[in-house]
Amino acid sequence: MMATLPPSPFDRDRRNRRTMAAMFVVGLAMLALGFASVPLYRIFCEQTGFGGTTQRAAADVQVREATGHSMSIRFDSNVQPGMPWQFHPEQPTQTVTVGARSMAIFIAKNMSDKPVSGTASFNVTPTQAGAYFTKIQCFCFTQQTLQPGQEVRMPVLYYVDPKIIDDPDNKDTQQITLSYTFYPVEQDGKAS
Amino acid sequence: MTTITADHAHDHAHDHDADHKPAFFQRWFMSTNHKDIGTLYLIFAIFAGVVGGAISGLMRVELAQPGIQYLQGWANIQHSLMGAEPASLDQAYHLWNALITAHGLIMVFFMVMPAIIGGFGNWFVPIMIGAPDMAFPRMNNISFWLLIPAFLLLLGSAFVPGGTGYGAGTGWTVYAPLSTSGSAGPAVDMAILSLHIAGAGSILGAVNFITTIFNMRAPGMTLHKMPLFVWSVLVTAFLLLLALPVLAAAITMLLTDRNFGTTFYDAAGGGDPELYQHLFWFFGHPEVYIMILPGFGIVSQIVSTFSRKPVFGYLGMAYAMVAIGVVGFVVWAHHMFTTGMSVNVKMYFTAATMVIAVPTGIKIFSWIATMWGGSMSFKTPMVWALGFIFMFTVGGVTGVVLANGGVDDVLHDTYYVVAHFHYVLSLGAVFSLFAGFYYWFPKMSGRMYNEFLGQLHFWVFFVGVNLLFFPMHFLGLSGMPRRYPDYPEAFAKWNGVASLGYEIMAVGMVIFFINVFWSLAAGRKAAGNPWGEGATTLEWTLSSPPPFHQFETLPVIEDAPHH
Repeated sequence: MMATLPPSPFDRDRRNRRTMAAMFVVGLAMLALGFASVPLYRIFCEQTGFGGTTQRAAADVQVREATGHSMSIRFDSNVQPGMPWQFHPEQPTQTVTVGARSMAIFIAKNMSDKPVSGTASFNVTPTQAGAYFTKIQCFCFTQQTLQPGQEVRMPVLYYVDPKIIDDPDNKDTQQITLSYTFYPVEQDGKAS
Repeated sequence: MTTITADHAHDHAHDHDADHKPAFFQRWFMSTNHKDIGTLYLIFAIFAGVVGGAISGLMRVELAQPGIQYLQGWANIQHSLMGAEPASLDQAYHLWNALITAHGLIMVFFMVMPAIIGGFGNWFVPIMIGAPDMAFPRMNNISFWLLIPAFLLLLGSAFVPGGTGYGAGTGWTVYAPLSTSGSAGPAVDMAILSLHIAGAGSILGAVNFITTIFNMRAPGMTLHKMPLFVWSVLVTAFLLLLALPVLAAAITMLLTDRNFGTTFYDAAGGGDPELYQHLFWFFGHPEVYIMILPGFGIVSQIVSTFSRKPVFGYLGMAYAMVAIGVVGFVVWAHHMFTTGMSVNVKMYFTAATMVIAVPTGIKIFSWIATMWGGSMSFKTPMVWALGFIFMFTVGGVTGVVLANGGVDDVLHDTYYVVAHFHYVLSLGAVFSLFAGFYYWFPKMSGRMYNEFLGQLHFWVFFVGVNLLFFPMHFLGLSGMPRRYPDYPEAFAKWNGVASLGYEIMAVGMVIFFINVFWSLAAGRKAAGNPWGEGATTLEWTLSSPPPFHQFETLPVIEDAPHH
């Protein structure tokens, strides 16, 4: 900026266009980031258990049981208003040993005279327990279709990660509530 | 573009050519002149401000007493205009939602931003850095004219169905699912498209400002010699460029959720309505600094001018604004403390938010230090600037209160929040707008404003807005929620005081308009520099009003201290 001679108009126009192009790239990058936040937010929640997002483990996972540490698990079940399903857990609560594989059964029944498909969203409270509540198998991983009047028993295979015992944020956690909400899915696979 | 051969001795001869103005239509409708575009922005902002202010008047009339007094009648008028049946009570409530939405969106996107960035930014950034015009004069024209259809779309949305009743009743935040499954009808689509267009115009403007400030500075005008107003617009332009595209993405997904069956914000399809809040506030928090930072710049110029001293701690002032801009991007979730965050997340956002008080404090103390030992004169621009410093500090203090996640659990969505953001915007940004308006009115119009009317405007407005907004702290602390047209008897007294304050404020605005029209018609002719030796920036080296094209010969900025 020491130059006493101003740049020629030609040079300045070229520099202006270059700066403008760079700034538009920045703007477009932020636009892309806005849209990319949809998958990024999902990944962030899955990785950190943010907002009570539960974890997922393979069927052959090996977990050490923490004998002497038990946890109460409460089950909550909802359907979107207007969806013609009954949906409830077989038992309202279970008391499990931390680290032990447990199974809960949920029962869903199609009360209408048409086949209805649904998917379930889920999370746990307190939300800071999300990073430790691990599902091995769940009906919520896939779409469920019930024929008219059909009733199904759906298993959830889960365990509570023993690392929860050492987490200061969960030192008061004695009960974890696992909540599901079923939403209808239209025939073409799109949500209504 | 310009010839650089002329030396200073020929300047006067060239002034005549430089003042050759195009004919009316070409000058004002196809304008590429930064000063004319700035004037258009200011006229537009004043008009939008009157509309937005009138809407708040409707709200204060209804809120003056408990119960529903007028809302039902207004809704019936609206419905009869549309040839519909008289409004139900729910439709009257919907009109209330449409009023608060329109007030917020108009004041943010069509009053403060056009005035402070489009108006004063366009007028004075090129002049203050010694440039003949903006880098892209025709893009500048597009930026302004995009505002008009955007504003018409927003106003038009009041006359089409928006769910329960007519108009978009979503709040300026347009939260899903109220704005998606909760608001059938085209009103919300029109409001969203309005934001898209206004946002596109602002992004173009931001690119223009950044290019202008980086490339068009006169010889010797280094970044560290730029007036603080230019610094403030530079930081603001970057905030716009980084924040607005995120809003564009967020509201585009709202549109597709509404119209094309996507489920970005719908849990039924695996989406999350909370994601919208994150995206909105990732834009929305920088947006509040977009509205206030140029005000900081204006106040810095004015305090320095009327203290006849350079700004105290110039570099600290400039980089305090940069710091506010940077930190402003990582505090957004303090608007969402009640969405069920873990304690750790709340602690982070509380701490990060409070950090912003540090650079803001640097600015407040530097303004005071600028005045300290200065030769102060209390002309109208200065009293508005002093009012700004005082009021903005009050709003900043309540901001630090609200920054506490635990306190916010209690105060969220109460009138305490309304009081807070009106103290920083309606008494902060707006005071800086009036300060800048009086400061530069002689430069822009070539005529002096009336000093007595200016002082009277300040005092009436100052008393009015404080009566209007200070009681809202009490109402909020007692638990009165925002966004309702009715309230229990217990809140009647302070609401009555607030509505009285509105009336006083409105009288102040009448004085303002009398002053403007009187001064334009019969004001004393203004000298090139009416403020004396304190006014050191380049606009005061030009005539008042400046020639149609200034700096055909670029000024050379000497090495002497010059802020």
